Amino acid sequence: MQATHAASHADVHHDHDHDLGFWRKYVFSIDHKVIGIQYGLTALAFLLFGFFLMLMMRWQIAKPGQPIPIVGPLLEAVLGQVAAKGIMSPDLYNSFGAMHGTIMVFLAIVPLASGAFGNYLVPLQVGANDMAFPRLNMVSYQFYFFGGIIMFASFFIPGGAAQAGWTSYAPLSLAIPTDGQTFWLLGMVFLITSSLLGSANIIVTIVQLRAPGLTWMRLPFFVWAQFVASFLLLLAFPPLEAAGIMQLMDKVAGTSMFLPSGLAVGGPLDNVSGGGSPLLWQHLFWFLAHPEVYVLILPAMGIISEIIANNTRKPLWGYRSLVYASLGLGFMSFIVWAHHMYLTGMGTVIATFFQTTTMIISIPSVIILTCLLISLWGGSIRFNTPMLFSLAFLPMFGIGGLTGLPLGFSASDIHLHDTYYVIAHFHYVVAPGTIFALFAGIYFWYPKLTGRMMNEFWGKVHFWLSFVFMNLIFQPMFAQGMAGMLRRMSDGGANYATSVLAKSGVEVTGSLSDMIIRLNNYILWAAVGLALAQIPFIINLFWSIKNGQKVKNDNPWDATTLEWQTPTPPPHGNFLKEPSVYRGPYEYSPLGGKGSDFLPQTEPEGVAQTSSTKH
Amino acid sequence: MEIPYAVKPRPDTGVYNAKLGMWLFLASEVMLFGGLFSAYILLRVGAPEGTWTQGLLDIRLGTINTVILAFSAVTTLLAWAACKVRDFGKFKMWHGLTILLALVFLGIKSYEYRDKFSHFQIRKADGTYVDGHIAGSKYVDAAGQEREIHHGFRGKTFTEGEKEFTLASVTLNGYEAETLKEINQPERGHKHEHKDITVPAAEIKKIGNYGPAHNTFTAIYFTMTGLHALHILGGVLVIAYFWGPGSKMWHTEPDRFTNRIEVSGLFWHFVDLVWIFLFPILYLT
Amino acid sequence: MDDLKPSDLGSYTRRCFYVFFAVICGTALMVAASLSPISSSGLRISLILVIAAVNATLVATFLMHIVTEKRFVLVVLAFTAIFFVALIGLSSYAQHDVPAIVAPR
Ligand code: HEM
Ligand SMILES: [Cu+2]
Repeated sequence: MQATHAASHADVHHDHDHDLGFWRKYVFSIDHKVIGIQYGLTALAFLLFGFFLMLMMRWQIAKPGQPIPIVGPLLEAVLGQVAAKGIMSPDLYNSFGAMHGTIMVFLAIVPLASGAFGNYLVPLQVGANDMAFPRLNMVSYQFYFFGGIIMFASFFIPGGAAQAGWTSYAPLSLAIPTDGQTFWLLGMVFLITSSLLGSANIIVTIVQLRAPGLTWMRLPFFVWAQFVASFLLLLAFPPLEAAGIMQLMDKVAGTSMFLPSGLAVGGPLDNVSGGGSPLLWQHLFWFLAHPEVYVLILPAMGIISEIIANNTRKPLWGYRSLVYASLGLGFMSFIVWAHHMYLTGMGTVIATFFQTTTMIISIPSVIILTCLLISLWGGSIRFNTPMLFSLAFLPMFGIGGLTGLPLGFSASDIHLHDTYYVIAHFHYVVAPGTIFALFAGIYFWYPKLTGRMMNEFWGKVHFWLSFVFMNLIFQPMFAQGMAGMLRRMSDGGANYATSVLAKSGVEVTGSLSDMIIRLNNYILWAAVGLALAQIPFIINLFWSIKNGQKVKNDNPWDATTLEWQTPTPPPHGNFLKEPSVYRGPYEYSPLGGKGSDFLPQTEPEGVAQTSSTKH
Repeated sequence: MEIPYAVKPRPDTGVYNAKLGMWLFLASEVMLFGGLFSAYILLRVGAPEGTWTQGLLDIRLGTINTVILAFSAVTTLLAWAACKVRDFGKFKMWHGLTILLALVFLGIKSYEYRDKFSHFQIRKADGTYVDGHIAGSKYVDAAGQEREIHHGFRGKTFTEGEKEFTLASVTLNGYEAETLKEINQPERGHKHEHKDITVPAAEIKKIGNYGPAHNTFTAIYFTMTGLHALHILGGVLVIAYFWGPGSKMWHTEPDRFTNRIEVSGLFWHFVDLVWIFLFPILYLT
Repeated sequence: MDDLKPSDLGSYTRRCFYVFFAVICGTALMVAASLSPISSSGLRISLILVIAAVNATLVATFLMHIVTEKRFVLVVLAFTAIFFVALIGLSSYAQHDVPAIVAPR
């Protein structure tokens, strides 16, 4: 496509857009930006929903058996017996727990990180006019949406939603007689299909639609992160799809692929053949689920990199190291999965293999973190809201990653497995880690979507409150876990509390002290605080669409990458003329730069100083 | 608005979008079947003594289907080659053949499935087994009236209108065995004598056909071949579309049409590739 | 395979059929191996799987044109193959590597 050609095209299409009508423009759109926003809004709604599930569970953990204030009666009205008198029954607790995990991972974070940010930004940052397969893109959103509907609907069927954890370990998942698990499996098949279509689309877009001059080593790190994450989704999800189909067969066709011989659930199971392998499920599940955690973190790292480079006004330190580290991370993440299975009666040889690979994979994580930290060195940092979230990401991800190491050794994992320590570990990575990055991204790219800035003051309020409460929630869990408190207990460990046991005259070594149990209370109030802290964000998000401060130009952050070279908001087709790229993505404070302290990638003039040639 | 490289290959990568997309999709399909193959191995290795069924499937039918798919792989390719040299008539012929072959494959596959659903196994109260194809079953209603079902079995009880029938006996055309091992893993070269054996309902502890729920072999057999058959079905629907209504594009955009045939052909070859492994692991080992 | 000239069609078609016949021969060999009197089932199964792998390689290289495929595609397929082997190999190995159960003294 020639540049002049493109310009006239864009005009034509501007008019064309108006003809589309509401449905084609907003609902069945094939514009990657509209689809990205669809993903974003749906996923944010699920994020909030998943958070509310957990808030109710935290009440039950802190005050087992007491009616939940405010929402208790509502729960009873909607769900009936399982929430009688507004009290959360253990069954309901299990459902909420399973669905909290499922929703957060598969319906909130991944769709936000890959679906929303990936869809909206990747084509813009590579200078393309859309995704490579726009129609497929629409279909993948629809699959996601439909999977979400199935998951959501499962709360209201008799027996309620799935109860066997987000990991759906067999045979537990098959032994529970209700239909929740069937819905879960069906929902997963849709979500997985959606992810596969979406990730293939992102990869083809990056490989095929890069603008002239945009060589691989000139891609913004965000694009690299999406590229690797998409490969993880593409290649790690299918085995879980296979496993999901097999579990569905077990559930509805009466097969026993995950049901071992001699299993008794309230008496021997006579109607199944047995002979299946529960560990098979765990292998296939973790073959996905470990790479999945890097799908959660890589796009977050991508977002952070963009924001840090922009707000330190200097090139990222070690761009190439970042790229190679993320490729290494992606590769290794396929061969560490059984570190989730040390306690399944695993032999020493295979355990050694997985301990070794797990230790190796922490190296690229550390490289990435180090590069980002050193990037701050000597920068004149602009402390705006997106930057605050990005800066907080660094230590939070650090805590999360470092606490993974003791889990990675089977000897220490015997003590820590299935305790609150694991919960704290991965929440540090995903909540104050990935979610902070996503918040940062929302504040940062909001002006591109809307032409207005989000309110800085309320943004900072949102940041500081979230930062404090996040840590108040998750830090105590390390202590609880190390004291031996198990996860997934609907009474928050009360049954193992020293004081409770003493009342019945039993003394148990290693029972949970009052202090450990009391932490549940603090966590509850911190979680309530975190909920309140989101109010300014939600209001800010919608209020600023109409009332935010107007951007001064198309590039309000003085950024270098291609998405800022489009009109605001970008029209269908994105660029007014096809961009040509002359330099790397982070040419801030260029040597000999005159006037401005940055050189956009499309700027032909000026001293070439790609970050890759600098070292 | 036009997406670049939708038809012509991008010079530096050498591929057009859809082709790369299809390869990526196939890579994910490799992993999908990778999951199933691991399942096959773990189930087979972990199967309790004597429960892994061998030699159940008809090698002749499996071989015929293998040849059919291999041939359809060739016709697909020649259909694409015909497009490349701009010979629309040849394209129609070769892809017509592809569709035909695919349908024959599916026909044979469903015949095999039906056969398994009419193949029964009875575990008797004394712990021995009767195994064979269903010859018939007898039922009685409350009034003592008998009812015979030829070549069929309708469960332990069934109702028809007002009347409720209970099982009286089942007749299988097959053989008796002391252990599952005799049935599932007969000695090589050994053939069971088949005869009609009638088992009264009172002696039946458990009865079921060789559907997916029979044991882990049939479970993985139906899952793998079922998914494979779905791929065949999907593939043949797409090919039939390009052969029929979709071939209009030939007259307007022959290059794009040829690409479509190439990309759908890649998918078809992959489906053949999967079968090349399914055949030996399910039929031959 | 981006270009196929009409003049090459004949040799191309012939090559397709060679591959086809090779696959048929492979299939016949597999069936023969499975019915053969080789008594070690391990050996028999390995033999059959090796032939299957050869057949699959033929189809992939010549019918799917991997011989002339572009580098990016080949790299993707190579990594896919590694992960495929890792998934099957490591899960099977884990199944086999279980600690011996020692009765407590
Ligand atoms: C950087 C090095 C990391 C190491 C060495 C590591 C190690 C581990 C190990 C060994 C476990 C299993 C613990 C157990 O169940 O006993 C675990 C659990 C987990 N990790 Fe990590 N991890 C790391 C980073 C991450 C990252 C980046 C994420 C997510 C973005 C993450 C998310 C999770 C999750 C979700 C679980 C719990 C899964 C569950 O059982 O429900 N981890 N980690
Ligand atoms: Cu992991």
